[in-house]
Amino acid sequence: MKKLALLLSTSVIAALSHAPQAAAQTEIAWWHAMDAQLGEKLEEIAAGFNESQSEFKIVPSYKGTYAETLTTAIAAFRANEQPAIVQVFEVGTGTMMAAKGAVYPVYQLMADHGEPWDPSGFLAPVTGYYSDTDGNILSMPFNSSTPIMYYNKDVFEKAGLDRETPPKTWAELETMSRQIVESGAAQCGLSSAWITWIQTENLSAIHDQPFGTLENGFGGLGTEFTFNGPVQVRHWDNLKKWSDEGLFQYGGPGGGADSAPKFYAQECAIFMNSSAGRAGVIANAKEFEVGFAPLPYYDDEIAEPKNSIIGGATLWTLNGKDPEVYKGVAQFYTYLSQPEIQAAWHQFTGYLPITNAAYELGQEQGYYAENPGSDIAIEQITRGTPTANSKGVRFGNLTQARNVVDEEFEAMLAGTKTAQEALDAAVERGNVILRDFEAANAQ
Amino acid sequence: MQAKRTIFPNKILPYMLLVPQLAVTLIFFIWPALQAVKSSFELADSWGFQTTFVWFENYRRLFVDPNYFASVGKTAIFAFSVTALSMSLSLILAVAVNRVLRTNRLYTTLLVWPYAVAPVVVGILWWFMFNPTIGIASYLLRAAGVDWNHRMDGNDAMILVIIAASWKQISYNFLFFVAGLQSVPQSLIEAAAIDGAGPFKRFWTIVFPLLSPTTFFLLIVNMNYAMFDTFGIIDATTQGGPAQATNTLVYKVYTDGFLGQNIGSSSAQSVVLMIVVIALTAIQFRYVERRVQY
Repeated sequence: MKKLALLLSTSVIAALSHAPQAAAQTEIAWWHAMDAQLGEKLEEIAAGFNESQSEFKIVPSYKGTYAETLTTAIAAFRANEQPAIVQVFEVGTGTMMAAKGAVYPVYQLMADHGEPWDPSGFLAPVTGYYSDTDGNILSMPFNSSTPIMYYNKDVFEKAGLDRETPPKTWAELETMSRQIVESGAAQCGLSSAWITWIQTENLSAIHDQPFGTLENGFGGLGTEFTFNGPVQVRHWDNLKKWSDEGLFQYGGPGGGADSAPKFYAQECAIFMNSSAGRAGVIANAKEFEVGFAPLPYYDDEIAEPKNSIIGGATLWTLNGKDPEVYKGVAQFYTYLSQPEIQAAWHQFTGYLPITNAAYELGQEQGYYAENPGSDIAIEQITRGTPTANSKGVRFGNLTQARNVVDEEFEAMLAGTKTAQEALDAAVERGNVILRDFEAANAQ
Repeated sequence: MQAKRTIFPNKILPYMLLVPQLAVTLIFFIWPALQAVKSSFELADSWGFQTTFVWFENYRRLFVDPNYFASVGKTAIFAFSVTALSMSLSLILAVAVNRVLRTNRLYTTLLVWPYAVAPVVVGILWWFMFNPTIGIASYLLRAAGVDWNHRMDGNDAMILVIIAASWKQISYNFLFFVAGLQSVPQSLIEAAAIDGAGPFKRFWTIVFPLLSPTTFFLLIVNMNYAMFDTFGIIDATTQGGPAQATNTLVYKVYTDGFLGQNIGSSSAQSVVLMIVVIALTAIQFRYVERRVQY
């Protein structure tokens, strides 16, 4: 009985893992969450590396959404079937950093294999987000983004606004949205993807408001959420008010699947989304001209808005593979850091140029001059001096906490809670999640 | 008539023949179930490095969590509505088809089609029709003065998943009702007709009571379906939202365990669900199968 079970399970595992294997090459599995055009571009990068040498072969596989990819990788790790490289979104950073035994930190990997590694070459906000408390980068930056504002220039003109002047502050955005709706130029003013990331986390960073204690969680697992402060409450209050008036339309939890179509269909004139949504926006905005702008801010709360924070993902190297595999991983990361590769990826996708060299290369190529608005994201994320509140956020189980924030936002929109009540409840429920994480990961 | 009995002298053979089935059951059902029971008593980090035995802590926290009871309530509303809606509609359809003499084959085939559609596809289908931005149904509703938005309104979201889940289950119920109706003796109905009973009277006093075994069977099956088999529909339409308005127990197991990596709590929840399934099955076997007589 036992033997049969063993036989069955081993043969299943064997069938799953030992697909065609090239004899001489070392295969390196890379699990990622990039679909459609982004996925194709990613495979191009892998193919480029595979052609550049003959010793290693990177095998990318698409594993679903970011959350699914992370979960699959964790499950695989528990079954000792993990890939060497996995792409994890910024929300999973806290989870990955706490998993010390599972992760092969990139700075160590590069040093162990004698590959060049210069952390100062990366953009400061990127390094800051993915470094441990000693300043060592733990994962290989790959696709980083930050939210920006997209607007429909044609609708602006139809509403009697200047097509080249997007709203700079939230007050302006409110006035303009009202004019757009009242003039009938569009049904609504604003729609936004990622309510938690854009309208809560980034809002806090831009206005220099703490999202949590201990430097937004960078200081340790004992952190607590504090995003129920006056600025966040004021903003949620406004969103509720605008939603009731029809100036703002909610596009759903998480990435807000319905918000992009509202913008593409010219129902909403303004759309806030990741800078990586740029390719999608350009592809879908066939019948109108799109403008790009930084996120608005409350000018009576802060005179000089702070930098926005990072989204997107990095590549984490997982432990438990042959040394030969890690040699290949290190070489691949070196390949990936080249300005040409970085610049091509950045320009195609709308993700940030991750290294300074890639940004400079883009400037030399004249890319930003030719594509107005393509440098909004990088300017917004590098403006000013980052503070403890605008460096980023680092919380364990942030995926779960973000769900909670979405739920409380929905409760507010439905009118069952005020903004203050909803944010208080989100903080309280979020803190339970943080304590769970602390309890499970206390070393 | 005496049946000829074949006797196998080999004592091990029967067990050998059972081994494959037993192996599948043990590996794919019993073993994971035991794993769930085990991890429901543990607090573990996502990667499985540290596991602490915490006795009933996961259960204790579950039963003081107002969100869990909210989810129990939502599940009850959902399961009851889906069962009532899909069973009553399919009974009406079955009776209607039973009265059609010529083309009932065609109607039967057409009505059974939705059963072949995968739950996720059902979800996408209804999500698409009722999408607040691009959906045809929400467009028509808006024209009729209804502000349909299942993204914001919890009741709209609940109605949407109920409709989608019921639509899929109608075919299944319909088949059983049609079969049940065909086994109602024609002579009884004719006798009642001669006594002057109209079609409604005949249905309520003769056909409906005679259908009771089918109805009870379907009741249990539908409850089970609504509670445990509608994950795909919910995931494709509302993802449990807005504000947990459609977060049924099964969906909560998924969000807490799969997305939230809270394996302990998620396992505790699935153990509770396991007990519910066992109870429902026991009721079906002991109570329904024996007592429903006419």
